[in-house]
Amino acid sequence: MELALIQSLLFVGVLVTGVTPFVRRVSRIRANILRGRGGVPSDQHWKRWTQMTRVALGQSKMGSRPVAAFFHLLIYVGFVLINLELLEIVLDGVLGTHRILAKPLGPLYSWMIACFEFLGLAVVVACLVFLWRRNVQGPARLYKAIELQGWPAKDANLILIIELILMGALFLMNAADMALHPGVYAFPVSGLLAKALQGWSPEALYACERIAWWLHIGGILGFLNYLPYSKHFHIILAFPNTWYASLEPAGTMSNMPVIQQEVKAMLDPQSPPPTNVADAQSRFGAKDVHDLPWKSLLDAYSCTECGRCTSVCPANLTGKKLSPRQIMMSTRDRLEEAGQWLEANPQAITVEDHRSLLGDFISTEEILACTSCNACVEACPVLINPLNIILELRRYQAMEAGEMPSEWALMQSNIENNGAPWAFPAADRGAWAQESRILS
Amino acid sequence: MEILTLAQLQSRGEQAEYLFWVGCAGSFDDRAKKVTHAVVQILQHVGLSFAVLGNEESCTGDPARRSGNEFLFQMQAAQNIATLNAYGVRKIVTACPHCFNTLRNEYPELGGSYEVVHHSTLLQQLINEGRLKLQDGGPFKGRKITFHDSCYLGRANGIYEAPRALIQALDADLVEMRRSKKNGLCCGAGGAQMFKEAEAGRLEINHERASDIAGSGASAVAVACPFCMTMLRDATAQTGQTNVEVLDLAEITALSLPSAPHNTVLNNAAQIGSGLNESGLNG
Repeated sequence: MELALIQSLLFVGVLVTGVTPFVRRVSRIRANILRGRGGVPSDQHWKRWTQMTRVALGQSKMGSRPVAAFFHLLIYVGFVLINLELLEIVLDGVLGTHRILAKPLGPLYSWMIACFEFLGLAVVVACLVFLWRRNVQGPARLYKAIELQGWPAKDANLILIIELILMGALFLMNAADMALHPGVYAFPVSGLLAKALQGWSPEALYACERIAWWLHIGGILGFLNYLPYSKHFHIILAFPNTWYASLEPAGTMSNMPVIQQEVKAMLDPQSPPPTNVADAQSRFGAKDVHDLPWKSLLDAYSCTECGRCTSVCPANLTGKKLSPRQIMMSTRDRLEEAGQWLEANPQAITVEDHRSLLGDFISTEEILACTSCNACVEACPVLINPLNIILELRRYQAMEAGEMPSEWALMQSNIENNGAPWAFPAADRGAWAQESRILS
Repeated sequence: MEILTLAQLQSRGEQAEYLFWVGCAGSFDDRAKKVTHAVVQILQHVGLSFAVLGNEESCTGDPARRSGNEFLFQMQAAQNIATLNAYGVRKIVTACPHCFNTLRNEYPELGGSYEVVHHSTLLQQLINEGRLKLQDGGPFKGRKITFHDSCYLGRANGIYEAPRALIQALDADLVEMRRSKKNGLCCGAGGAQMFKEAEAGRLEINHERASDIAGSGASAVAVACPFCMTMLRDATAQTGQTNVEVLDLAEITALSLPSAPHNTVLNNAAQIGSGLNESGLNG
């Protein structure tokens, strides 16, 4: 009885210690994201719920790559449903019970565990396939991709290995339990494993079951804390990211009301002067991460580096330096760095470490290579928009830094002077009608 | 029949149902002007009431905005919106997906709200309504034609079907390229790339697209954008696909009008593919 009490207290302690740093880390990320510009949309709730349900919950954009979509679905469904068992684990842990749901659910319980076990097996298969695709033979966006060298590749493998360990612990726990209570439980997958445990002493089986049980719950808590440092954070952020994603046609560029007002005041001296003073003091476009809209920052943390964007980018396909995935990874890296600097300098309002997203993380060559074709935006399974970051950086380049290719400067001066990007006189704009041979 | 400007109509106290927004390329690019003529010919054939702005039209500001110059974009937008609103324009048709995108999606927030259609959508509507009838067994019957999706029509605005319906209405054999619709590959001109050299790389984007065209086996590529037109004409010529014609949807439609064999659009089209000297805008 006392041992059970100690176990319960220990469990509650582990649970609290495990969840607290996760919550703290997430709230820091949240604050970092909200340092970005712009308001939080609260309009069109129904459309947003539909979008999130379809794209994040329903995985609607995954299907364009069927192999990846299939195995990803196995892990996704497995992960979500197997975690229902977590409910029982938490109840058992807190109350000091053992398989508390077994009795009330009756035969349904064995059926439910059997389902989890088959899903667990599917997860194992999918993880092995994904490890194969990343390390032995796979699409160029995953296997030997330049951008993934170093930490990103390790991160990806680590996630898959942790998932394999978690599934292994689940099977071992069930197998030991089955061997310990012959005839009480019948589990289809771990049953095979249970045979291998025959001949173990009851004490050894009990210890094995306990160790596997703690490994499972401990592993999940550990994994939970790993998430916000990893690309795997997408399993959570995919939901808010698809909820807040733009509902506008993809071709729409965001308006800059400050400039709109300035131009209005210039063209019509009678109109009231620009009012939005706070915004007027900030930069045009983005030089650093906190100049970007906050949704772009959420995008950066939501990216799981699958590379579908880069694999369809016309600039990247033809050997230009631009990679939309790298844009997202660079944004996240700088965002982390900037957030840490602000935490280390709590008196500072803005980041003053003499570094910036444009220049230190993303080069001009990258942003100049973009054709704004929206292929990356269309390809993203969680509605990340790399194009938006590129266009905001271009705005800074053109309007604050005053740097652009000479051909663009010429094109812009043509528009300014003749109303066309080419050097034709505006007075000849209607001349095509006279040239026509089909008109009398 | 003459083409009237809104100013001319106003002085007569008349109005037009549609404003035909010609765009910079449609006004000045020699190749795109042929598309402009084809659009005019179709609209006049159908008897649709339309007018143009003539010299009062100015760049929508799309390349300025996408190259980062929001000031210039806002100047262009303010000027155009003032003109459009002064004439009380309600419906606009344009043959340029970039103009289409800006007018449709970016002007409303600045005070310019209009019903904007791309010519591919309008032509399809006219066919569906029975107002536009094409030749039975016209010049494209059975011919393998592929359609190149413009980014600003397709992914940017979700218009994939109208251009295809139009090609199918000609009894042509519509074949798809390896990358099409949502997966369509850019021609390389968008985002103001049209007006600068590409960044250093392995090959040009339009040449990458040329391999898709070759793979489709089509003898003609239908386009819906003046910039795609330039990029793909260059690409097919430079990759030795001299037998592949690049035609705008409006030209294909105009060539299939019942009166087509007698009109000069056909003669214009016959000259297409004769060389690059026609584009002449960068020179």
